[in-house]
Amino acid sequence: MNILKILDKLSDDKFFTSDMSRLDTLTGITNMGKKAAIAAIPLGLGALMTTPVKAETKSNSSAFAVKSALTDALQLALVLEYLEDEYYRMGLSASGLIPSADRTVFMQISKHETAHVAFLKSALTSLGQTPGAKPNFDFTAKGNFAPFSDYNQFLILAQAFEDTGVRAYKGQAGNVMSNKDVLTAALQIHSVEARHASQVRRMRANKGWIELANGGNMPAATNPVYAGEQNTNQAGFNTATAFGAEAGSAAYDEVLSGSDAAAIAGLFIA
Amino acid sequence: MKKTINVSNQGVTLDTGRRNFLKLSGVGLAVAGLALVGCNDDDMIINNGGNVFDLGMGDVGVLNYAYALEQLEADFYTKVVNNFYTGISSVEKEIFTDLYHHEVIHRDFFKAAIGGAAPNSILPTLEFQYPNVNFSDRNSVLATAKALEDTGVAAYNGAGKYITNADYLVIAGKIVSVEARHASAIRNLIKPGSADFSGDDVIDANGLDLAKEPKDIVAVAGGFIKTPFTWKERGIS
Repeated sequence: MNILKILDKLSDDKFFTSDMSRLDTLTGITNMGKKAAIAAIPLGLGALMTTPVKAETKSNSSAFAVKSALTDALQLALVLEYLEDEYYRMGLSASGLIPSADRTVFMQISKHETAHVAFLKSALTSLGQTPGAKPNFDFTAKGNFAPFSDYNQFLILAQAFEDTGVRAYKGQAGNVMSNKDVLTAALQIHSVEARHASQVRRMRANKGWIELANGGNMPAATNPVYAGEQNTNQAGFNTATAFGAEAGSAAYDEVLSGSDAAAIAGLFIA
Repeated sequence: MKKTINVSNQGVTLDTGRRNFLKLSGVGLAVAGLALVGCNDDDMIINNGGNVFDLGMGDVGVLNYAYALEQLEADFYTKVVNNFYTGISSVEKEIFTDLYHHEVIHRDFFKAAIGGAAPNSILPTLEFQYPNVNFSDRNSVLATAKALEDTGVAAYNGAGKYITNADYLVIAGKIVSVEARHASAIRNLIKPGSADFSGDDVIDANGLDLAKEPKDIVAVAGGFIKTPFTWKERGIS
């Protein structure tokens, strides 16, 4: 499926919530076809595909709709990983950009993002879906950034991408929970992104965690990455009571909806 | 059945208007599964033959499991900040103070959440021990913190699949990424500027962090936990 078509779908707010039934016609998978697809899936990923729906679908518990939510969440993740993977590879190959003392860290991060791309492609293929093609990225965001000639800007965007990744994976939890294997793998990627984010934030003299909605000496263009992070109400529990709003908000990372994550990624797609 | 644990922190309150959000599908099962008929306050909390607390069934069990781990982390960092090791730097002090804050907030969140939704099924306050930790030694404290944070990440990653309520899954997700941020910070204190923040000892060739089953987590963390408990649904007895 065309990556822009997926991003377009993801930018529909209703997509992940109640308006799922139309996906049946979009995917056009027959029951026979679905069974064949499951039979063809290696890695044991198929075993749980028929798990009953739990997540955010209220009116429609069709297995097709669930599968679409699942694989479209993975396609979104793939876009974000493509973005990170290409970003670090370009950064590492930009002559004189990354100081030698920092290269170890970025080589480690880059290695993980490359692995995430390969893993997600394989997972999508296992689920009978064609992985989306890598978009053409414009890391200048139409001339607004110069990350490959200005190391400070390279760090700023790295922090923005990692903090976005953490929120975006979290935002897809409900869409992948129908498949326990995919859910676990998504959680395993999610915490790696958080380790990365924490490290990059420290390289910019920030704390590894996000206090309030303050990214930490970040340009206003990155505000959407941190919008909502100031939340101190978790299921009715006031997290600011004990030690204040900074600690209370930092103790929890917030979710980013699929549409918001796609919008952020979209800024860097040519 | 007597209610065994009261929320002692006056600041811990739940907005009852949002109780639906905290409603647990497995509560009835969990209460039935406890088989605590006739126990009193004392023998429920302390190891006393057959009355060892069981974490429970379904989502209640997972929440109690998370509560146990957060109790451990909060207890550990409370000890760290009340007796900073010799020669601690201001950066390290700030990190440990933040971690103390975050873990206490996590612990109190679970106490309030479980106490509000399943008051008869909440894990009691646990007691801990640190037989091999020297709190006045930097290396000892950092090594223990690293183990606890990595364990926390692996525990949440492994338990996510047992959560049936999507809202709880999201809450767990909000917490686990902060645990991973902590792990990265502690690891960078131990080996600054190295690849260890996201090291090959915890991240595999697919770029995946650890995810461990509850029984494997308890086998590791159990050395710190004095108060015994079971989680029969997950093979911990």
